[in-house]
Amino acid sequence: MDKNKSLTDVKMHYCTGCGHSVIHRIVCDVIDELGVREKVVAVAPVGCAVIAYEYWNFDVTEAAHGRCPAVATGIKRVLPENIVFTYQGDGDLAAIGTSEIIHAANRGEKITVIFVNNGVYGMTGGQMAPTTMVGQRTATSHKGRDITRDGFPLKISEMISILDGVKYVERTAVHNKEGISRTKEAIKKAFNVQLNNEGFSMVEVVSLCPVYGAKSIKEAYQRIDDTVTKVYPLGVLKG
Amino acid sequence: MTKAKKILITGNEACGEGAVKAGCRFYAGYPITPQNELTAYMSRRMLEENGVFIQSESELAAVSMIFGASLAGARVMTTSSSPGISLKQEGISYLAGCQLPAVIVNIMRGGPGLGNIAPSQADYFQSTKGGGHGDYYMVVLAPHNAQEMFDFTYEAFDIADKYRNPVMILSDGALGQMMEPAFVDRKDKAKGRKQKNWILNGCKARKPRVIRSLYLKDGELEARNKDLQKKFDKMRKDEVKFERYKTNDAKLIMVAYGTSARIARSCCDELRKKGKAAGLFRPISLWPFPYKQLESLDKGKTKFLVIEMSAGQMVEDVNLAIQDRKRVYFHGRMGGGIPDEKDIINLANRILK
Repeated sequence: MDKNKSLTDVKMHYCTGCGHSVIHRIVCDVIDELGVREKVVAVAPVGCAVIAYEYWNFDVTEAAHGRCPAVATGIKRVLPENIVFTYQGDGDLAAIGTSEIIHAANRGEKITVIFVNNGVYGMTGGQMAPTTMVGQRTATSHKGRDITRDGFPLKISEMISILDGVKYVERTAVHNKEGISRTKEAIKKAFNVQLNNEGFSMVEVVSLCPVYGAKSIKEAYQRIDDTVTKVYPLGVLKG
Repeated sequence: MTKAKKILITGNEACGEGAVKAGCRFYAGYPITPQNELTAYMSRRMLEENGVFIQSESELAAVSMIFGASLAGARVMTTSSSPGISLKQEGISYLAGCQLPAVIVNIMRGGPGLGNIAPSQADYFQSTKGGGHGDYYMVVLAPHNAQEMFDFTYEAFDIADKYRNPVMILSDGALGQMMEPAFVDRKDKAKGRKQKNWILNGCKARKPRVIRSLYLKDGELEARNKDLQKKFDKMRKDEVKFERYKTNDAKLIMVAYGTSARIARSCCDELRKKGKAAGLFRPISLWPFPYKQLESLDKGKTKFLVIEMSAGQMVEDVNLAIQDRKRVYFHGRMGGGIPDEKDIINLANRILK
């Protein structure tokens, strides 16, 4: 592969099979292709991607857990000509940051959100996320996610796609070649929505954790086809 | 040149105008009594000045928005009252950790919990001893009238930029809502302000920058903390502010800030009329607290009477300054109660006997 200007030379810390390294590469490819690296101000999350700034060769800050969309709002309102994006996991965006994502979307902030949904808290040791599948075992759902106790997988993309301020929402996956190509197209579209000053854009990328919530990497990949994409269907939700 | 005129203005609005004149062009806030006039004022003034006003979905979001705007180079402010300030502590810790300038205003009300909407000074500990997590401090300025609400806010933005650290204006519901004459006509610092050389605005013609508070490598965070402490030491040295009133010959020195200081001053005047040598020491910077300046007034037999609208918080700092605690007295009201002059004068007379 060609050297990517938007990625640094630092070796990523992600586990073998983790979706983050692939998604980082896709985001950085898109930024290179659009030629906007020098205009980017990115907001890194709390979670496995907390040190994304080590790998990204552009301006990056790091928000408190869940607050990325509010931080991005502040940046974009001061620097409307810049490209501002957040990169958030499912704990960050769909649990502790639910309020921030919904309201930034509803205000139609001209930011782009990369939402990485791997169905589990990776960094803290495999706890249940709002996006964990029903029946899936985690460190905090020993007998599997129980709907009577834990509720159902939360569908943030569906929720925000009904908001008038939202211009583009798509859900993709990165567990196969086609998915990776589609994810790249979607992320490029999302950045273009921002470049054209159209409104809020978000791509939910269904990813996987190779360590937690599955017995093997193979099982984690298989689960995406078998159950995750049934609960979280891929495709354009808005735009 | 036309002569500046005093106008009649509420403390909350004077604070807002101080921010505007200081060049604040980004405000995010959430409604809460008794500081609502301030949010409404900023809403109007940001429109007039082509600034940004956002009514956020929460206090957490408001402080995170000013975090983002600050790192993008703007002069920023958020304001609230006690329960809302509790929510903002997360962001204040991150602002300090990331070395981002910001001005945070607390128009205190009664607590704990939802408390009430009456004036209070019960957030002294929270403001001066941390509030959020981690080892950090911020300059805390306590105005005691509408003029100072304007002046201190105007000045707070320079202090915040100088140290790249949040600064707090600690006021209360009485000072916020009371109307008083004040000069609010100062030079607008928004004009000709140089771009800061550490902000994130895209890495054109420079190396990419990172603004963060996470330091995972061995020893890295301790080193970072040492740098921060150097900064706090400098603040301790250079940012102490206080006022003395009739303290030279005083046998009893009242120590009070904000609304309590106004009441204490009247009490001193009343006591002086009766030939009692009472004075007032008013800390203006609650952090850094003027320990040495207060200590220097202790002539060995001097009595100190601390007056607060709390169960006794600043009195702990007075006890650090005046080693002989037997000569430090306290009078406080809680839950929105305001100290009564008669009670203070009676107590002062007993102490002076």
